[in-house]
Amino acid sequence: MPTDSTPVPTPTPPARPASTEPPVLTGSGAILASLEKLGVTDVFGLPGGAIMPFYDELMASTSIRHILVRHEQGAGHAAEGYAASSGRLGVCIATSGPGATNLVTAIADAHMDSVPLLAITGQVFSTSMGTDAFQEVDITGITMPITKHSFLVTDPADIPGVLAAAVHIATTGRPGPVLVDVTKDAQQKSAPFIWPPKVELPGYRPVTKAHGKQIQAAAQLLVESRKPVLYVGGGVIRAGAHKELLAFAEATGAPVVTTLMARGAFPDSHPQHLGMPGMHGTVPAVLGFQESDLLIAVGSRFDDRVTGKVSEFAPHAKIVHIDIDPAEIGKIRPADVPIVGDAREVLADLLPAFREAAAAQAPDFSDWWKRLNTLKQQYPLGYTEADDGLLTPQWVIEKIGELSGPEAVYAAGVGQHQMWAAQFIKYERPGSWLNSGGAGTMGYAVPAAMGAKVAEPERLVWAIDGDGCFQMTNQELATCTINNIPIKVAVINNSSLGMVRQWQTLFYDGRHSFTDLNTGHDTVMVPDFVKMADAYGALGIRVRTPEEVEPAIKLAMETNDRPVVIDFIVSRDAMVWPMVPQGVGNSSVQYARDHAPEWERE
Amino acid sequence: MTYHVLSLLVEDKPGLLTRVAGLFARRGFNIRSLAVGTTEIEGLSRITVVVEVEGLPLEQITKQLNKLINVLKIVELDPGQSVQREHMLVKVRVDNTTRSQILEAATLFRARVVDVATDALVIEVTGDTQKVEALLRVLEPYGIKEIAQSGLLAIGRGGKSISERVLKN
Repeated sequence: MPTDSTPVPTPTPPARPASTEPPVLTGSGAILASLEKLGVTDVFGLPGGAIMPFYDELMASTSIRHILVRHEQGAGHAAEGYAASSGRLGVCIATSGPGATNLVTAIADAHMDSVPLLAITGQVFSTSMGTDAFQEVDITGITMPITKHSFLVTDPADIPGVLAAAVHIATTGRPGPVLVDVTKDAQQKSAPFIWPPKVELPGYRPVTKAHGKQIQAAAQLLVESRKPVLYVGGGVIRAGAHKELLAFAEATGAPVVTTLMARGAFPDSHPQHLGMPGMHGTVPAVLGFQESDLLIAVGSRFDDRVTGKVSEFAPHAKIVHIDIDPAEIGKIRPADVPIVGDAREVLADLLPAFREAAAAQAPDFSDWWKRLNTLKQQYPLGYTEADDGLLTPQWVIEKIGELSGPEAVYAAGVGQHQMWAAQFIKYERPGSWLNSGGAGTMGYAVPAAMGAKVAEPERLVWAIDGDGCFQMTNQELATCTINNIPIKVAVINNSSLGMVRQWQTLFYDGRHSFTDLNTGHDTVMVPDFVKMADAYGALGIRVRTPEEVEPAIKLAMETNDRPVVIDFIVSRDAMVWPMVPQGVGNSSVQYARDHAPEWERE
Repeated sequence: MTYHVLSLLVEDKPGLLTRVAGLFARRGFNIRSLAVGTTEIEGLSRITVVVEVEGLPLEQITKQLNKLINVLKIVELDPGQSVQREHMLVKVRVDNTTRSQILEAATLFRARVVDVATDALVIEVTGDTQKVEALLRVLEPYGIKEIAQSGLLAIGRGGKSISERVLKN
């Protein structure tokens, strides 16, 4: 140690020639540098042979946190949850072959729900490609139908440009998954690292600003209508258009419905909100569509679970369809006024156009509201208490929502618990509700909650899961414990594949074919979720009685040194209502079993 | 059945044809013929595709194709406003009595004989779909042994060019 206190000038490294000479990096170094330049701070992945060069670089990174998952599907859904809760890009990484194919479900899921996702996969040496080499699969080929775009990189010089293009494509326009497959030799070889790279995508120019004439036409239709409904889809959340939506809705006084993908885009507490439409939608939302004379669809795609039988959907309504993806407009239902554009910009433009049109002709929705308010009063969302002495699942979920509040994040699996979580938790902000809407991927909840907790560490994050779903991806509890990601998992344990069982009860003469999981009440309870939580280093709590519910939820909320799993043993006979049976029109909505609401049929 | 001729200007990238063909397959659009080749611009290819549309609006097909990142431009070529040609090689059975009749038919269609054997002729014909089909009908009674046919090629009439317009933007 030098005793002299005179500061010794630290030797500056030989100044890089200030000229334009770019540094030479290996391909893997270029991947890392590109991700850093692109602002990526968290990635989820699992290494293997063909991606090892990149992992060697990743180990040294100080700006990117890598979370080692236990299964690549978990990495994919975690990246989705990260993206859906925060609006930022989600990134997942896997090796070639089975590593890459394990991402496929999550990529398909992101494609259906328009999630900005970057999947990076290793590929075998370019010289081995096409020879059925060890751990070789054609992952760009496999994922072609389920990605927005994909790239195969065999030359390290292409890496910065490809990654910049991939992120641009994934996050702009209608967001979606982009896969970048990089051969091992492209990771190992070196090339000059040029940043910013030249990104040329002449075939990709999303339209964000709508045509003024169309905006005026839409505003005119609205002031002329008597029974309008704003049909709000997930696009509003992806576009960050919730504020513009609120302003537009309040200025127009039109009722709002939010689809499964749009829960949280408009506050549930708002008096203009009719709830969720569709197969398990509220009666006011479902019948609101059926009786409406104008639907203004914003970032929604007339999904079959919303429309029911298309020919009977909203039969009297004209359609204004706003979407950033022109292919969605007119795909299912022809639009009277098609508007291609970003939901945020379009809604911002629609507001002054509406004010102008309303100045000439003030719309009057008072009769419409009278009708809708009657429906709201007559058919509120509700449930009947279980009569078998077990917990009522809807009540448990409602309680979690009440105690955790609107600032929490709720990620659901797929099935009955998902519908109940969509119905009985009150959402007030976008990004608070995460689920697999389009693909219906069982097993989404735990890894998605993990991803959300990484993106938003200050928030309380719940996975509302089913006993079936939980068994598909619960290995990520290990990831959560080891990486200090304290999520809360509520297993709504009805000991069965509940939604399938409900359909069997209703439509298959009660023949419960292979839907018993033996995890719940009066069974062998295999696996025992509390013991499983314990084995994963999580806190496991079993709840059987109503008195235990609130203390367990509170204990979970207070426990932040490890993940928590609450095994709620619930009644298996509870069903999701209201329901529009598959294949029939929405007018056949059942409020409860064999109980159709009264309404004005023509 | 209605057919439409679409001319696609695409970036010449690996897997492009799979993307286009896969899109048609999974969206349930039927391809009647497909022709792929280079263009006057390096890095760009042209795909001329004849699609069958029944019940499906053509608009949905073009919108889905437009979503492919490597597709730059799609134009529907109306038969009245474009030149459309198919190219076919047909091997027809001949003997001493039929040879002269077949040669005469070929001349009528301005087709060319490109290979001669004692028991067969290979005839090359270029023309629009109707012409090619008409020649086949004439040759059929003699016995057609083999056909090799290209996809339809089409180009707009007049001085305008699709690629010029794309590059300007």
